[in-house]
Amino acid sequence: MNYERLFHATLPETLLELAALLVLLVDLGFLRKASLKTRIVSSVVIGAGGCLFAVLVLLRNGAEAFPLGNWMSIVKGIERPIIPPDFATIGLLLGGGPYVTVLQIGILILTILTLILLVDTQFTRHAGEFVAVVLMAASGGLLVAGAQDLLVIFVGLELLSLGLYIMTAFMKGSGKSAEAALKYYLFGGMSAAFLLFGFSYFYGLSGSTNLWEIQRSISMSGTNPLFYVAWVLVVAGLGFKIAAVPFHLWAPDTYEGAPTPAAAFIASVSKVASFGLLLTLSLNWLSPGGPIYGKEAVVEPYLRAVYKTWPGLSVIMLVVATASMVLGNLAALTQVSVRRLLAYSAIAHAGYISLGIATHSSYVGLGSAWIFYGSALNPAIRMNNAVVYYVLTYGLTTIGAFGVVSVVERATGSDRLDSFLGLHKRNPLLAAVLLVLFLSLAGIPPLVGFWAKFNLFAAVLGVSAGPVPFALVALAVALSAVSLYYYLQVLKRAYVMHAIDETPIKAHPVTMAVLVAIAAAVVILGCFPALLQNWIQSFYPVL
Amino acid sequence: MLAWTIYLSFAGALAEALLPKGRNALARWLALAVAAAGLALAVQGFVAGMGQGRLTIVDVPWVPSMGIHFLLAADGISRVLVLLTGLAAVAGVLFSWNIELRTNEFFAFFLALIGGVYGVFLSFDLFLLFVFYEIAIVPKYFLIAIWGSTRREYAAMKLALYSFAGSAMVLIGLLAAYATAGSHSTGLVALGHANFPISFQMWCFPLVFTGFAILAGMWPFHTWAPTGHVAAPTAASMLLAGVVMKLGAYGCLRVGIALFPHGLDSWGFSFIGIGSWRDVFAVLAVIGIVYGALVALAQTDFKFVIGYSSVSHMGFVLLGLVTLNQIGVTGAVMQMFSHGIIAGLLFAIVGRIVYERTHTRQLAELETMHLSKRLPFAAWGFVVAGMASMGLPGFSGFVAELQVLVGAWIAKPWWALATGVGIVVGVAYTWRAMQKVFFSDALPSAHVLEQEHGQHFAAITWPEVTGVVMLAGVSLWVGLYPRILLDSIERAVKALLAGGGQ
Repeated sequence: MNYERLFHATLPETLLELAALLVLLVDLGFLRKASLKTRIVSSVVIGAGGCLFAVLVLLRNGAEAFPLGNWMSIVKGIERPIIPPDFATIGLLLGGGPYVTVLQIGILILTILTLILLVDTQFTRHAGEFVAVVLMAASGGLLVAGAQDLLVIFVGLELLSLGLYIMTAFMKGSGKSAEAALKYYLFGGMSAAFLLFGFSYFYGLSGSTNLWEIQRSISMSGTNPLFYVAWVLVVAGLGFKIAAVPFHLWAPDTYEGAPTPAAAFIASVSKVASFGLLLTLSLNWLSPGGPIYGKEAVVEPYLRAVYKTWPGLSVIMLVVATASMVLGNLAALTQVSVRRLLAYSAIAHAGYISLGIATHSSYVGLGSAWIFYGSALNPAIRMNNAVVYYVLTYGLTTIGAFGVVSVVERATGSDRLDSFLGLHKRNPLLAAVLLVLFLSLAGIPPLVGFWAKFNLFAAVLGVSAGPVPFALVALAVALSAVSLYYYLQVLKRAYVMHAIDETPIKAHPVTMAVLVAIAAAVVILGCFPALLQNWIQSFYPVL
Repeated sequence: MLAWTIYLSFAGALAEALLPKGRNALARWLALAVAAAGLALAVQGFVAGMGQGRLTIVDVPWVPSMGIHFLLAADGISRVLVLLTGLAAVAGVLFSWNIELRTNEFFAFFLALIGGVYGVFLSFDLFLLFVFYEIAIVPKYFLIAIWGSTRREYAAMKLALYSFAGSAMVLIGLLAAYATAGSHSTGLVALGHANFPISFQMWCFPLVFTGFAILAGMWPFHTWAPTGHVAAPTAASMLLAGVVMKLGAYGCLRVGIALFPHGLDSWGFSFIGIGSWRDVFAVLAVIGIVYGALVALAQTDFKFVIGYSSVSHMGFVLLGLVTLNQIGVTGAVMQMFSHGIIAGLLFAIVGRIVYERTHTRQLAELETMHLSKRLPFAAWGFVVAGMASMGLPGFSGFVAELQVLVGAWIAKPWWALATGVGIVVGVAYTWRAMQKVFFSDALPSAHVLEQEHGQHFAAITWPEVTGVVMLAGVSLWVGLYPRILLDSIERAVKALLAGGGQ
């Protein structure tokens, strides 16, 4: 094992861990007597600085791949090198696919935003610890997004999840926070057990923990029914992370009870990382023409046989996706707590994204894929980009939404729908931000949420024609019409109904600046949808 | 230049939103300036485009990976409808002169709605059109929910959900068309040449057509229209009936019929005389015409009468569209323009001039107020508008409805016959409303009479006079000299019906 290479590949994660340690050192070592304000600000600055550093590293190097052995020796009989080694996942612990870099940068930026929202909160006196936990969880997220090996996946997920449990419980004076954390922890522990159980099946059946090796060994030996058991277990484990039905039960309670920055982090960063993992899994196990080895697959008949589609996993994901869309949207209709409403809307959004991931597999146009290799026109790449686009913009919007909820909650003491009454009078700017973010979540153009949905659904229809995907897309579009109702319920209170209390709501200028920046980003990215698409596409190698 | 109608409206909306509170007069004049500038641009574009076909205004790649272009263009149909939008915008601002509650926000939503409408009429890219179409939904909701009257929150939510459900249907159809076409262009012209398989058109056409027709008030999806119109503030009901319903009809024509012409072909079998989607929609349109008129006849609320009359009149548009012949479709576009003007005028008189003074819309109460004597301007305005609405020769409605009827007769005579019933009832409900509200001799109770004595209605203001004169004048002008619009429309319709190239 080449440790220098390992260090290189995990540099962003390492930077986050170092920043976390530095935060602890400064906060506990030097600022023990300082005021809470100073301690929060210094912790946030150090944490955000660490994240920024990691972003810079990623922008310069891209997410580097880390192979376990000599990747060249694994696939025999192919002229080398067809693809640059950094984009091969063969025998990798950590993958460096183009979308991984994008997702990791996204995770870091969302973490920075979460940290900045922390400036205005007072739920804890232990600012340093909270920031350190956020940073460690974020580094877990980075690992999850890039992992190519079952063990790395599991370690990353645990690092991420443990951080989230702690963050949820951080509001020590609140029974709700403790309850939320306990529920989250129990569900999480159980789902981790499922996941590990599923992984053990994969290892037992294929003799390897590497995703690509597993795929290869299965396609050589034929599908064993036990794989279906393994898939169900794995989907159960990951379904918990993305809050997909029927593994969603923790979400409303956790969103409601957790301190706002923790809830925002769970709703955004953790989602981005988990969907990154699902993308990796579906690329390896489902997609025959993925961006990583699509070209090899079509050039080499030997490999072409390897990339069979696995309908089993696809069907499981489709069921989960449909259930999430339907239940999430319908349950959100009756919520009176905005946090719970956001939780159910998150479940619905997870359903849409899962729909994209489930249909990743069905692409069968192997013969022509290589023409488009690496170009935005390759359906598999389009699907990949669509999912990445959706997850990132959704994460951004949700953080903003939680930011608004947090400000309102501090002023009114509750996150009930009625505490938003007359928001347009109490703080017009905040109301405008809320308007933009919620309409974006509902998918109204020209906001970015529309393009996210649009890209995703177009990609689903692009990769898989047929009545089932079409019916599901139709269902998804119809349900997003339903979703407008509950988003309007909040906006109606903010803009239409009369205020009971008209005292202005004050927000910390930093918080306000972040929220306005997020809303502006949602509008600008929505008016110029190609900006983000081109940025994501720019990480692909030009061949 | 026409593209600036869009930019200007959105810029105006932004400026209004940023305006400090309490500067109501400034907000009004700003809105009027923006609307008037939009109208000037629309007139200029209309005049410049006379005798010409489709002119591309802007064409830049917008979402290159999907082949979506920011493609604005205008043909005769677009130019006429842009002109209508300009007129409706100016009239809307004039009749909102008395809005005192959150004035700047009102005009911000108003101008955003107008901008979206301009955008739809000028888009020649499928998805760009859809984006503008959806942009128009949200301002409608807030205009009604905040500044509306009777059951406004219910009506606003109903309208928003109907619109969004319709646009969801459209989006599904468009996504399917995009995936099926397999081309990497989403321009309407390019897709017009895509030659979708007939089996595909057969199910995609009704989906898209119905989706758009919901907003055009097609029976039985019309129920949002009367409640929405009644609840909306005057300017918003003018816009709803005047231009927003036209968005739906325009979408039916520009997207539904132009992209999926074979969706209207015969199914190959017929069931109780219905053998194609064309028959289905024609029957729904005829039902809408007759049903809307009959229900309008039975209303007790003045504004509901006009609300249902809109459903009836929009039925003419839909019927004209599915005749698929030159004269019928021309008539449909003409009716879009004509109804936009006349409905605006009617709503202005009912919702603003009368209601703001009498504070009631119940026919039974208005009967006792002797409005022809006390509000002669309103009475004569309504007489003119009512005549135009009935389709009396000399007004725009006559030209439009005549063409639709001739087109329907050419297509299937019984369509025209059934529609005739609607026209007769149309005369009846207009007459009934006019007679009851303005020219009734019924006396109020002695008590009310005593109160009324010596109590005068507020004088008619200049914005009201200007608005009424402008709208009535346009209707009359177009009625007397229809060629001015017909030349543009006919040419564009011919190109559109010839298929593909539009």
